[in-house]
Amino acid sequence: MAVGFAQWGNDLYTGRRSYGIVGRRKIWFTIAALLVTVSAVLLVVPGLNPGIDFRGGSEFTISGVSTSNRQAAVTAVASIDPKEVPQVSAVGTSSIRVQTSNLANTQVEQVRLALADAYKVSKDSVASSFVGPSWGQDVSNKAIRGIVVFLILVTVVMALYFRAWRMAVAALVALGHDLIVTVGLYAGIGWEVTPATVIGFLTILGYSIYDTVVVFDKVRENTQGVLEQSRFTYAEQANLAVNQTLVRSINTTVVALLPVGSILFIGAFILGAGTLRDIALALFVGLVVGAFSSIFLATPLEVALRMREPAIAAHDAKVLAARAAASEELGVDVSVPSHAVQLLPGGHLGNQAQPRRRKQGRR
Amino acid sequence: MTLGVLIVALFAAIAGGVKWSNGTTAPKLALDLEGGTQIILTPTTTDASKVTSSTISQAIDIIRQRVDSSGVAEAQITSQGGNNIVVALPGKPSEATLNLVRESAQMRFRPVLMTAAPTPTATATPGSGPTVAPTLSNTPPAAGTDASSTSWVTPALQAQYDALDCTKPSNLVGGGGDDPKVGLVACAKDGSAKYALGPVEIEGTEITNASSGLKVGSNGVVTNEWVVNMTFNSAGSAQFATTTARLAKLTSPQNRFAMVLDRLVISAPSVSAVIPDGRAEISGSFTRTSAATLANQLNFGALPLTFTVQSEEQVSATLGTEQLQKGLLAGLIGLVLVVGYSLVQYRTLGFVTVASLALAAVISYGVITLLSWTQGYRLSLPGVAGLIVAIGITADSFIVYFERVRDELRDGRTLVGAVDKGWSRARRTILASDAVNFLAATVLYVLAVGGVRGFAFTLGLTTLIDLLIVFTFTHPVMMLLAKTSFFGDGHPASGLDPRRLGVRGVRYAGRGRVVTGTTEDLTVLDVPEVSSLRAAVPARTIAERRKAAAEAAEAAAAGADAGDATEAEPAQTTSTERNES
Repeated sequence: MAVGFAQWGNDLYTGRRSYGIVGRRKIWFTIAALLVTVSAVLLVVPGLNPGIDFRGGSEFTISGVSTSNRQAAVTAVASIDPKEVPQVSAVGTSSIRVQTSNLANTQVEQVRLALADAYKVSKDSVASSFVGPSWGQDVSNKAIRGIVVFLILVTVVMALYFRAWRMAVAALVALGHDLIVTVGLYAGIGWEVTPATVIGFLTILGYSIYDTVVVFDKVRENTQGVLEQSRFTYAEQANLAVNQTLVRSINTTVVALLPVGSILFIGAFILGAGTLRDIALALFVGLVVGAFSSIFLATPLEVALRMREPAIAAHDAKVLAARAAASEELGVDVSVPSHAVQLLPGGHLGNQAQPRRRKQGRR
Repeated sequence: MTLGVLIVALFAAIAGGVKWSNGTTAPKLALDLEGGTQIILTPTTTDASKVTSSTISQAIDIIRQRVDSSGVAEAQITSQGGNNIVVALPGKPSEATLNLVRESAQMRFRPVLMTAAPTPTATATPGSGPTVAPTLSNTPPAAGTDASSTSWVTPALQAQYDALDCTKPSNLVGGGGDDPKVGLVACAKDGSAKYALGPVEIEGTEITNASSGLKVGSNGVVTNEWVVNMTFNSAGSAQFATTTARLAKLTSPQNRFAMVLDRLVISAPSVSAVIPDGRAEISGSFTRTSAATLANQLNFGALPLTFTVQSEEQVSATLGTEQLQKGLLAGLIGLVLVVGYSLVQYRTLGFVTVASLALAAVISYGVITLLSWTQGYRLSLPGVAGLIVAIGITADSFIVYFERVRDELRDGRTLVGAVDKGWSRARRTILASDAVNFLAATVLYVLAVGGVRGFAFTLGLTTLIDLLIVFTFTHPVMMLLAKTSFFGDGHPASGLDPRRLGVRGVRYAGRGRVVTGTTEDLTVLDVPEVSSLRAAVPARTIAERRKAAAEAAEAAAAGADAGDATEAEPAQTTSTERNES
C-alpha cells in the first residue's frame, strides 16, 4: 500500500496524475453549501444542548453520608432521567454534591428522594438549590470578542503575507464553513455542550486556518510569476498546488485523527458521557471537515475570486487563445493539457551524453 | 546542541524547584481532576441598596479578574441560589489567593502629603532624634484640620514611612483594612514609590462610572493620548470639588491625591484645576492597557459590596481518576498508531518523526511542570486532550518538511541539496502556519477569561515547542542523516529512495558519480507521454520553423509578387512565440 501511495504521490507531484479539483469547483461549492445548510438547520432544530456550565442547573447537597461512592449518585439520577449526566464531587468529609443541568421541577423532588435513598440518609439531609452558570454570559462574550479580534488580525496577517486579500477571504469562508458544520453536527448528535466542547471548537478554529495556510503557501509558490508565462492559467497552477499538497493533507489529517479517534472511541464506548467524549467528537468532526475545506473549498474559492481580477482574466484569455492557435497550427488538440502540467526538470544523461574528447593533433 | 542545553536547563530548574522550593516533579492538576477548595461567599451591600443579580454578576466578574490575574489556574465561579457566589479554586490555594477572593476591594481617595523613592530612608528625620519607637506620639490632629496639612504625619507615621520598603514583594500584596480617619503610609502598586497620605476624603463608592478612552481635545478632535474618565455621584462631586479646589492651590507633592485600593496606591495624579462637576479626566503617560486597568480598578472600588464567607471546604474532583487514566491510555494508543503510520509512510525516516514527537512530549511535560510551579498553571482534562491533539499539529511540521524534501528529490536533486532546498521552502510554510496559531493563542489569552484562557495558553505553548523542535532538532538531524550513505544513496528502507520517488534516468550524485535508476524499478515510471504545450510545440525546432517559414515565403514569392517584408515576417513571429512559451 505504501508503495502505491508513494507512487501516487509522485504522480501527483509531477502532474502525471491530476485531479481537477479547481476545475470542478461548482460541485464542491454545492456540497459545501449543502453541508452548511443542513448544519444551520440542525442548529435551529434540535439546536445545541447547553450544559450546566452555560445555563446553570440544580445542585443537591447530601450531608452526613458515610460513603463517598459517586456511582450511586449517577445511578440515582439516571433512574429519574436517563439522559442526565450529573457532576458528582465530595465536599468536605461527609457531604456529596451532585449537579444536574436540566431537570424539570417535578423531577428535582424525585431526584432528591432517589439520592436520599441511594445514600441511606433522610430526605431532609438532601438540600437542593439552583446554581448559576460558571461559564456565564460574560465569559462567552469575552471569548467571542477574542475570536472576532483574532479573525480581524488573522485576515490582515494573511492578506499581508500572501499579498492577496482574496486568499484571506477564501480562508475565512472555509473557516466559517468548518465551524458551522462542526457545531451543526454536534447539535445534530445532541450531546451536551460543555466547556470541553467549546475548547474543541476553538481548536478547530485555529486548525482550520492553519491547514488552509499550508495549502495556500503552496498555491502562492506555484502561482508566483504566473502572469509572466503563457503556458498555464492561474487556475491550472493552483490546481497543481492542491494536487501536490494532497499527500501532505492526507498524511497530516490521518496523523491528527489517529489520537483524536482513539480518544473518541474510548470516550464514547468505554467511559460514556464526559469531557473526553465531548472534546474528541468536536475535534474529530472539525479535523475531517477542515481537511475537506482546505482542499476542496478554500483553493477553488480563491481561484474563483482571483479569476475576477482583470489581470488574471486577461492572462487566462491569452493562454487559452495561444493554445487554440497552437492546436490549429499543429493539428493536435492541446487546448486541454490533460496532465503533465509540471515542467519536467532536465537531468544528467550519463557520461555517454557528454562531448567526446577531441582527437589528438586536431587543434 | 542548543536543544540539549535547553532541556537540561529546564529539568535542572524543575529539580531545583523541588529541592529548594515548593516545586513538584509532576504538573499540578486543575479543578476537574484534582478537586480543590470551595468558598461560598454572600455579598452584602455597604450602602442600603439591594443585592441584585446584576451586582452579583459584576461581583463574579471582579473575583474572576482577581483570580485570573494571579496566574492561569482555572477557577470556577458560579452564583448559587441567586444570592451566593461559589468560588472553587484548584488544589490547596495559598492564603494570599484565598484573601484575593474573600476580601472586598476598598477604594479610597486620600491627599498625598509626602512621597519618596521606594527604599527605606536610612536616617530618620532630624526632628525625631534617636528616641525609640514606643514613645513616638501617634495623636492625630483635631478633627477639623485641613486634610492636606502635614500635621497628619505623626511621628509614629513618620517612622513607619521611613522604614517602609516598597521594593519588597510582601509589601505590595495590599489588603487589610485602613482607618479612614487617620493618615496612612502606602506603596505604589508597582513598587515605584512610597507615599504618606492624609485621611480619606472621598470613598470609592462615590464613583458612578470610570472608563478609559482616547482624549478628546477642546475642539472635539480625538487625540492620540489615552485617558481615564471618571464620574462621581452628587455627594462625591461636591466633595471632589472642595478637594480639588484646595489641592490646586498647593505645590507638589501636596497638590496630588492618591487613589488607594486595598492599601496600595494605584494612581496619584496631580490636580491642576478645580473640578466642580464631578467629571474628572486623568491623563498621564497611559498606554491602552494601563488606562483600561485603572478604569477597571476604579470600577471595582465603586462596587458597594463586601463579602461574608459562608463556608470554606475541600471539594473532590468532579471527574474520577478513571477519566484521566483512560484519557492518557487513549493518548498512548493514538501515539502508537501515529508511530505505526509514520513508519509505514516514511520508513526509517519515520523514526525522526517519532524521536521529534518524543522530544516534544518531554519538553511539554517539563515546561508544564515548571509553569505549574512558577505560574500556577494547572492541567485540566480539556488541557490533556489539547496536548494530545497537539501531536497532530506538531507532526504536521515534519510532514510538510519531509514532503518538501521528497518533492526536491523528485526534481532530481541529491539528498543534501534536497534537504537544503526543501528546508528553505518548508520553513516558510511552517513559520507562516505556526504564526497563525500563535496569533490565535495570544489574542485569546489576552482577551478571554477562565477556561478559554487555559486553552489558549496550552495552544501557544505547544506551537512554540513545535517550532523549537523543528528548528533545533528535526532539521539538524535531517542534515546529518543526509550525509550518511544509508539515506544519501537512497536505500529503499530509508523512505527517501529516489527511484521510488519517481526520479527517472540518470542523476548526478556528486564527486563525478552518477546514479542510474534500475529499469525493473521503473516499470511504472516510464517517461509519460508528454502532451503539454511545451512538448507539443517544440516538436519543431526553431531551425525547422524558420525553414518552413522560408519555404512558405518562397512559395508566396513564387506565386504572387510579394516583397521582402513577408519574408522577414514569419521569422519574427516564430521568435516571439518562442519567447512566450
